[in-house]
Amino acid sequence: MKIRRYGIGAVALVAASVLALSGCASSGSDSTSSANTAAIITANGSEPQNPLIPTNTNETGGGKIIDAIFAGLEYYDASGAPQLDVAESIETDDSQTFTIKIKPDLTFTNGDPVDANSFVDAWQYGALLSNEQLNSYFFEDIEGFSYDEDSPLTGLKVVDDLTFTVTLKEARSDFPLRLGYSAFYPLPKSAFADMDAFGQNPVGNGPYKLASDTAWAHNEKIDLVVNDQYDGGRKAQNGGLTIVFYASEDAAYADLLGGNLDVLDAVPSSAFSTYQNDLGDRAVNQPAAIFQSFTIPERLAHFGNDEEGKLRRAAISMAINRPEITDVIFQGTRTPASDFTSPVIDGWSDSLEGADVLAYNPDEAKKLWAQADAISPWGDSTFQIAYNSDGGHAEWVDAVSNSVKNVLGINASGAPYATFAEARTAITDRSIQTAFRTGWQADYPGLFNFLGPLYATNASSNDGDYSNPEFDALLQEGSSTADSATANEDFQKAQEILLKDLPAIPLWYSNVTGGYGETVSNVEFGWNSVPLYYEITKS
Amino acid sequence: MAGYILRRLLQAIPVLLGTTFLIYFMVFAMPGDPLLALFGDKTPNPALLERLRQEYHLDQPFIVQYFLYLGGIFRGDFGTSFSGEAVSDILARTFPVTIRLAIMALIIEFVGGVLIGLVSGLRKGKLFDASALVVSLIFISLPIFVIAFVAQYIFGIQLGWARTTVSTGAPIQDLILPAFVLASISFAQLIRLTRASVIETQGLDFVRTAYGKGLSRRRIIPVHILRNSLIPVVTYAATDFGVLLVGATVTEGIFNVPGVGRTLYQAIIRGEGPTVVSFVTVMVLIYLAVNLVVDLLYGLLDPRIRYVK
Repeated sequence: MKIRRYGIGAVALVAASVLALSGCASSGSDSTSSANTAAIITANGSEPQNPLIPTNTNETGGGKIIDAIFAGLEYYDASGAPQLDVAESIETDDSQTFTIKIKPDLTFTNGDPVDANSFVDAWQYGALLSNEQLNSYFFEDIEGFSYDEDSPLTGLKVVDDLTFTVTLKEARSDFPLRLGYSAFYPLPKSAFADMDAFGQNPVGNGPYKLASDTAWAHNEKIDLVVNDQYDGGRKAQNGGLTIVFYASEDAAYADLLGGNLDVLDAVPSSAFSTYQNDLGDRAVNQPAAIFQSFTIPERLAHFGNDEEGKLRRAAISMAINRPEITDVIFQGTRTPASDFTSPVIDGWSDSLEGADVLAYNPDEAKKLWAQADAISPWGDSTFQIAYNSDGGHAEWVDAVSNSVKNVLGINASGAPYATFAEARTAITDRSIQTAFRTGWQADYPGLFNFLGPLYATNASSNDGDYSNPEFDALLQEGSSTADSATANEDFQKAQEILLKDLPAIPLWYSNVTGGYGETVSNVEFGWNSVPLYYEITKS
Repeated sequence: MAGYILRRLLQAIPVLLGTTFLIYFMVFAMPGDPLLALFGDKTPNPALLERLRQEYHLDQPFIVQYFLYLGGIFRGDFGTSFSGEAVSDILARTFPVTIRLAIMALIIEFVGGVLIGLVSGLRKGKLFDASALVVSLIFISLPIFVIAFVAQYIFGIQLGWARTTVSTGAPIQDLILPAFVLASISFAQLIRLTRASVIETQGLDFVRTAYGKGLSRRRIIPVHILRNSLIPVVTYAATDFGVLLVGATVTEGIFNVPGVGRTLYQAIIRGEGPTVVSFVTVMVLIYLAVNLVVDLLYGLLDPRIRYVK
């Protein structure tokens, strides 16, 4: 998952984005005639938290730069569909062994060839424990991967200069879909000599490259210019891209209004009520691949994996008035959830069986709660939702608690932790004794990415320790099915189980809220809420 | 004089050790694991986490961490941030920007505050005085972020006289607006301070004597009244310079100034001990230096104050 961070006020994962009046994202071709192909586009960003190495960049500040200067086997188009970029073909018979062919004669901007070794070496580097790469978990399905010791990826084999094979530990039908993510980008040979220096001044093969050795002005901006050698589907329609690092979204928004910024992908919450007026048809508000929920761990009294627990979870879910909260508190920049994934993902459905548990239904909620009380009385316990108070969550947590309190007639409140780090520590070491806020931003546009890491038995981010063999079996089945439509059916069925068990209570999808200046056009936001910078033209 | 300065410099050593120890302890005592926060809502695998802990010495007890850090400082190594950048580089990058901003703000508030305060004091009770008091009261009661947002909106967005935020390299012309905003509150304080001090000095014997000797107002006001009124004003302005250097977090955030306040805030939130302590160490040094300079300035303003020993 990608972490979005803004220095001031919200270091936590700030799901700052969300949905928008659809359709307004791409604004016609009327001004393309006067477009200046040498114009530099300015966009907002934040200082990368880590050196600019693809396998070590897990937050959006560095992620947008990495995506601009590297080209992987695939890239994702605006709808999230994978398109071949460097790869000529990716083939498999069994979803377990993949043969990947690379287009010939491609080079990095320093002249190093883009070949099978530049992928295999980069992946080996990213997976090795002692290299401490934050994205190493992306390689966990490849044969030979180990979390506990240095162990080479034996599943990677170079066949010839332009061909290599990948063998997975078990079938994963969505593996090709993952290959557009930045962890799978190639690295030039020169990188391995001094990775620290490379991280400060990376050399890539993407649509843009760093303008100079000093292009990255720390904490201020990074200057990218077009890489003429790039010849994939993301050919830049402008002369370059300058990403300005902002400490606060407010400053970035002021710059957009002041004409100093061309494209903004995060409207500050202080402007939620005004930005559509300020920007008119240049405002963007569309769903993003960000799912928000709160998790009720099974170890809490009354919420075990039994009849009583299920009744109480369903009652709480039906006691929350999602449309009202997204309207009043988020000014329509969140979309009430109807499943556990996101509307931008292929296979999303708003009509899963049992999804009515996500609709506001006070009478039914009261009834279910009373049934649970008949099994074991709730007494005067308090239902609490933990959150980190440095991330702007207090308002909605209070609203959700009040909604639960009013409908069910029980005590409910928020349980703030001072910092994101403190909240995550309590969640990770399992010392937390309340429900807690959870959010997920997808790494790649697939249903599995919203389900496997979060709810599969013993999965890495299964913070509520949910376990259901039936759910695991359906995930497994979907993963080993080559046909993506069939796989998605399995994943939907798996979600129908989640809707009964409710290990987490789905709340809403975040939207991406943004806007752009009068001089730019062809602004379109990608599935991951980042504008497709290469398409933008400026007059 | 030299002995006095030397003694003051030696006093700085225990102060520095004490503050770094306290600050390091406070960062250490912050709840939660800063490395976990690096992964967002995703739970990292334990082996990787353990390795990162070792790398940043977070697996060591507090006192070991502190002495490792202290030992590094004596070798000129201030540690590294989570992003792999040397803290000394971050210091070298951010302090010049903030110092520039602080000096500009100081000049604005000092010149403006003293001039208006002087005129106010001389014309006590007149229209000018009354209006200056009202205006300064308004500035004092407004929170700085309100002033900053309003200034940004009016001068940056509506009128377009200034850039809405500071561009790369923080050039002087971009810093003018944030400097005015930063100066606004102390400016109001300085008006009131100067005014009160001038009124008091005006009534003193030597001023009456000067008038009695038939000296011109042109000589009495700057030499006899103003100079003798400046001691509290200089003390305030110097302390304020220290505050400007360390406390511009809000203004730097709003105008996106890549300076100390913004960087320190991020480091605190991320729990980066070495970065926070290094910044604070430099700030303590600055405070000590500023205080020393102020004490020496007293001697210039009032020859009765002498540092003999």
